[in-house]
Amino acid sequence: MSEINQMPDAGLIEDRSYSQGQLIRRRFFRHRAAITALIIFAGVALLAYTSIGFGPVPGWWDKNYTATYPKIGNGEPTLSLTTFSIGEHPFGQDTIGKDYFALVMRGIQRSLMIAFGIGLISTFIGTLVGVLAGYYRGWIESVLMRLTDFVIVVPTLVFAAVLGQMVGGVLGLTVVLPLVLWTGLARLVRGEVLSLREREYVMAARAAGASDLRIIFRHILPGTVGVIVVAITLAIGAAILLESTLSFLGFGVPPTDTSLGLLISEYQNAFTTRSWLFWFPGLAILTIVLSVNFIGDGLRDAFDPRQTRSKD
Amino acid sequence: MTTTPSGPIPSGLGEPEPAVLSFEDLEVQFATDLGEIRAVNGISLEVRPGEVLAVVGESGSGKSVTSMTALGLLPKNARIGGVVRVTEKEVRKLDARRLRQMRGKDVAMVFQEPQTALNPVLTIGDQLTEALQLHGVAFGNAAKERAAGLLAAVGIAEPARRLKQYPHELSGGQRQRVVIAMALSCDPKVIIADEPTTALDVTVQADILDLLRSVKEKLNTGILLITHNMGVVADMADRVAVMLQGDVVEVGSAEQVLVYPQHEYTRRLLDAVPRLGVGRSQLGVSTEAPPIITDEVPALEVKNAVVEYHQLGKPSFRAAEDISFTVHQGEIVGLVGESGSGKSTMAKCALGILPPTSGSVAVYGQDFKKLKRKERKALHKRIGVVFQDPAASLNPRLPVGDIIAEPMTIHKVGSKEERLRRVYELLEAVELPRNAHNRFPHELSGGQRQRVSIARALSLNPELLVADEPTSALDVSVQASVLKMFMTLQAEYRFACLFVSHDLAVIDMLAHHVVVMENGRVVEQGLREQVLHEPREQYTKRLLAAAPVPDPDDQRRRREERHALLAAFGDKVVEIGDVPHVPDLPETPEQ
Repeated sequence: MSEINQMPDAGLIEDRSYSQGQLIRRRFFRHRAAITALIIFAGVALLAYTSIGFGPVPGWWDKNYTATYPKIGNGEPTLSLTTFSIGEHPFGQDTIGKDYFALVMRGIQRSLMIAFGIGLISTFIGTLVGVLAGYYRGWIESVLMRLTDFVIVVPTLVFAAVLGQMVGGVLGLTVVLPLVLWTGLARLVRGEVLSLREREYVMAARAAGASDLRIIFRHILPGTVGVIVVAITLAIGAAILLESTLSFLGFGVPPTDTSLGLLISEYQNAFTTRSWLFWFPGLAILTIVLSVNFIGDGLRDAFDPRQTRSKD
Repeated sequence: MTTTPSGPIPSGLGEPEPAVLSFEDLEVQFATDLGEIRAVNGISLEVRPGEVLAVVGESGSGKSVTSMTALGLLPKNARIGGVVRVTEKEVRKLDARRLRQMRGKDVAMVFQEPQTALNPVLTIGDQLTEALQLHGVAFGNAAKERAAGLLAAVGIAEPARRLKQYPHELSGGQRQRVVIAMALSCDPKVIIADEPTTALDVTVQADILDLLRSVKEKLNTGILLITHNMGVVADMADRVAVMLQGDVVEVGSAEQVLVYPQHEYTRRLLDAVPRLGVGRSQLGVSTEAPPIITDEVPALEVKNAVVEYHQLGKPSFRAAEDISFTVHQGEIVGLVGESGSGKSTMAKCALGILPPTSGSVAVYGQDFKKLKRKERKALHKRIGVVFQDPAASLNPRLPVGDIIAEPMTIHKVGSKEERLRRVYELLEAVELPRNAHNRFPHELSGGQRQRVSIARALSLNPELLVADEPTSALDVSVQASVLKMFMTLQAEYRFACLFVSHDLAVIDMLAHHVVVMENGRVVEQGLREQVLHEPREQYTKRLLAAAPVPDPDDQRRRREERHALLAAFGDKVVEIGDVPHVPDLPETPEQ
């Protein structure tokens, strides 16, 4: 009999000791797509914040996103990739001569802030509601899920527009938009928690005398990471879109400021004659949303212990 | 009696009848991301009409893969070598259409889980007539009539009414009978039964085995029986093939293999099977019961406990009714019963997870219901728990070390280093290597996982251990080693234990006291020797009679005794009735 038992043990002979955090980090850094996306994303953010500066901090780009400059030609981009040169206005100029590079950089700053603020806050609310409802069941669940239904029933755009108008400004938008975007995640997390709370290992923890908080944080929440990470990446994309919709309707980012969505909607009529006014902010949105998605992919895989160890 | 075209031919007379199912030098390999995996290495087996060939082996031995090749049902990444014949057809040379014709008509399958083998959204009638219509045996009302006839044949009362019912309206045993009726519907020459009774209770298992045996005897069908249960083999098989990691290590008559095993692995396997009636000495661990000190506070005292599950809009369901039993310090109490008897409910009560609706459950004289939060936590510290499925009871996201240390962390025992030292100590106690502490559960085998589970339960030196079917998800040899370790640890630490199991042989091996439950009530309780060897109650007698033992002669005697017992209780032995005759069909009834 001893032989039967020793056979599977053979795989355990090699000894390497990693903590859980180390394992997750290792797996994430092994995910090539995620790392590439992380580098691209960091590059974009760095470019946006260093070029035109942020708040009182000045940037290395000499032009401002509010000032108008004498128009050069039709305002075409001066960026040339064949014989690499940046030129006076690398992303071109808009209809009244503003430097479009500075505008897009400002737009990226604003959109990143709004998107991440919204993504994180809405995820927090959604997860909290979902976990409480799924774990405690009973009247807590009834109240929370009816609240969720109520928020879903009210048209998102109307809700967001009214709330956004009441608070106003970019910061207000970042705080208010999550209030309408958490519902989907709350339902997803609740469903996941409902199935996780019946697992035997949760029962084992309860039998060992673990408190509710410990069970939730140690045994249930890690199991929902997959759902949450996917939801965050989708929410960030959705937030950028919602922000641009609101800006387009005039309820979003106030006119003196700008955001990627606002840029696109503002110049959508100019698309046929001045296509760069659409391409640059569009490309920026695409880059941000895609890289966030890939990073999310890598995170989800890294949190899943059932990944093969063969590449370790 | 029978109406099959071939007519009844007595089996086991050694007439050279052509095999209905044969494998010649069968090889199966799976191409996976991790390279080729060899599942079966060139085995040759034969099943003749009216014969049961049992293929036994532990998980991963390739027994199910072998049977699947006969139906041509392996996934696409499988590479198959050798010849598989069903009657005179070579399975691997058939095209998709002929393969479909062969399935069901020449070879039929009985699956392990009757719950999942039947489609929950179709009626029994729909599912039974489907096979008949696909093979052009009968259509419309004729098919319905035939389906009713089949149900009657497998011993289901009121077949016409049953046809309109859905699978969930039937019990597990009835569902398995329906699955067998479906398998028989087109009069196959051979039936492949893959663990047909593993998901069933012992008494139901005995009935299903009686039914399958009568199918073999009366219809002269060949049966390829895949199982890990040596008792089932002894009860059913004419010949036995033992598989180990893709090889057949031993083939022979049931007598040869089970009574006079030649191969070392077979012997080990048989030694590992817990035998009813042998008692605690089987694993070579100390056998005497500890002196029971009755004046001390008992570890667990259940008094008139009633448990009800409340359902919205329905009357509440009573899972346990007026249960009383006691577990004294240092003693193992076995809680036996079939599914739905309320034994797991009582385990949860003892753990304080499920409060009883009325009555009291006291651990060391303290009732969970009457305790404050802090006191309750302190009481939890004195109780350890091992659950049935080690795959489910270990958090897949935590490394083994954290899992074992979890109770210590919860109760804030020791520093980080002390906990790690304790983890190493426990890993040693459950015979796992130290470096297992930073592995994840999915990297361990089933037996290793259950050891982790036991290590976790013991981490705080509990005074009471509740084990809910801790070995029923394990292979026999693993079960034996886990049980042996368990008994050694119990002898060493002297914890009191409530051991829940459906397996009487395991209880016989471990317990000092036995409590038998049926439908939420305690039927009988007392010392192990008394309850299991001289049972007084009818239910216990039935349960004991139904448990198969791994010795063909013994089992035959036990079977006859069981039949006599059933007759004494006024029950009938399950037998196949008249199966409707299947007309000879043209070869290609399908378009």
